[in-house]
Amino acid sequence: MSQTVKVTFKLNDRPVEVLVEPRELLIHTLREKLAHTGPHIGCETSHCGACTVDMNGASLKSCTILTVQCEGADILTIEGIAKNGELHALQEGFMQEHGLQCGFCTPGMITRAYRLLQEIPDPTEEEIRYWMAGNLCRCTGYQNIVKSIQYAARKLRGEPVETSHPLMGEKAAQSEMAG
Amino acid sequence: MIPKPFEYHSPQSLGDAVAMLQQYGDEAKLLAGGHSLLPMMKLRFAMPSHLIDLNRIPDLAGVSESGNEIRIGAMTTENQLIWSELLQRKLPLLVEAARLIADPQVRYRGTIGGDIAHGDPGNDHPALMLTLDASFVLAGANGERVVPASEFFLGTYYTAMNPDEIMTQIRIPVPPQGTGWCYAKLKRKTGDFAAAAAAVLLQMKGDTCTGVAIGLTNLGPTALRASDAEAALTGQPLTADAIEAAAQKVMAICEPAADLRGDETYKTAMAGEMFRKAIRTAMERCTR
Ligand SMILES: Cc1cc2nc3c(=O)[nH]c(=O)nc-3n(C[C@H](O)[C@H](O)[C@H](O)COP(=O)(O)OP(=O)(O)OC[C@H]3O[C@@H](n4cnc5c(N)ncnc54)[C@H](O)[C@@H]3O)c2cc1C
Ligand code: FES
Ligand code: FES
Repeated sequence: MSQTVKVTFKLNDRPVEVLVEPRELLIHTLREKLAHTGPHIGCETSHCGACTVDMNGASLKSCTILTVQCEGADILTIEGIAKNGELHALQEGFMQEHGLQCGFCTPGMITRAYRLLQEIPDPTEEEIRYWMAGNLCRCTGYQNIVKSIQYAARKLRGEPVETSHPLMGEKAAQSEMAG
Repeated sequence: MIPKPFEYHSPQSLGDAVAMLQQYGDEAKLLAGGHSLLPMMKLRFAMPSHLIDLNRIPDLAGVSESGNEIRIGAMTTENQLIWSELLQRKLPLLVEAARLIADPQVRYRGTIGGDIAHGDPGNDHPALMLTLDASFVLAGANGERVVPASEFFLGTYYTAMNPDEIMTQIRIPVPPQGTGWCYAKLKRKTGDFAAAAAAVLLQMKGDTCTGVAIGLTNLGPTALRASDAEAALTGQPLTADAIEAAAQKVMAICEPAADLRGDETYKTAMAGEMFRKAIRTAMERCTR
């Protein structure tokens, strides 16, 4: 067995230190050593995007990077997306627009979309589909994921947001009438 | 899916990296973006005892112009290629192709140098490099040498690079003003390698082809340059018949390996189709 190595990095704004074998993949360190089980393992072969995290301003598949490569890095996972107990616009968007069903792909989807909206604050549907193509979803058919990201983009730009979901819209209208 | 144990090194300079390659010889592998190597290590197709990470070496990434040449650092990522305004203006073929490589996350990590050095005929950059008449700067213990792409790809996973060399830069002559371009790639889905792909660079005067370069991806043991088809087109009016005759010459040099993407007959037919698509698009983009 090879020697273990000490690696330090920032995880969701908190400094962390781990001892790992050089061959350990970041996804395993996050899930097994640091109790961050938001990033999921869907394929472990760099295809599905469920393990996506944000590192130094780039989305990456944490099943395809070694933890030793992360020395000094700044890493953001789904656990660090909500701030001060308030959901991020993307989390709200996925909720309002039914952007998830089983939820397995969702941490990866939201973490990837987070970086996408930093790079393109006002993406077209085509741009969303192109730049989200590294994340697979077996449930939703993607339509509502696109809508969720559009919802979040509007909110982050400071524009008014409204769910496009017919039942939720109706419910809101009813409660307004009742109120 | 865990690689075999190895020792990890992250040299801070090119000189240190070359020295490590010399010291560890066959036992060592360079790590760039890791998106070909780490998957192979997980499957234990690659089992280096020493992994030498190039990511901490400064100045190995970036795109610049020097005279009539574009210079691209070997560690430049696919997304950096896509976002480079210089490449969008001077080498749109490379940008069009990079957009078709892998998926967004892979493109943040995967490097042009790794894509070329890997020697996989399924990778897209080798055929592009042949088409663009690129050359590669290789740094070793005895200094640098520059190898043209046409002499670089020797076989599947087999290149002209010595085991103690590091690719540092890709040099590409800027094609003449008015050159038309297209990379046509058939793939089953995002993130898939090409079933067949064709790169075309085209110069025309009126209806006549005055110069053409054609490269093919995943259609043989290495990327291919379709020289016969190029010779048949050069100096000729680009009629439907001339294009069809060239397509036959393109298909004649294909020896694709059968896999889940299709058998030899299908892939060869698709090579013809990708070539027809690429040359028609390049014609539309030519200023004559
Ligand atoms: C899901 C998925 C889809 C993909 N789809 C495509 C695709 O459609 N088209 C495509 O072209 N590729 C595709 N790839 C491969 C991807 O583009 C890789 O990033 C690329 O092939 C290798 O580049 P890298 O920087 O990741 O190199 P690494 O994986 O780090 O290295 C690859 C090899 O090159 C050597 N090497 C790397 N850099 C140097 C250097 N500077 N000097 C000398 N040797 C070096 C390494 O030692 C290793 O042997 C895909 C990968 C994945 C995971
Ligand atoms: S688990 Fe990393 S891409 Fe699927
Ligand atoms: S919600 Fe089930 S995989 Fe996407």
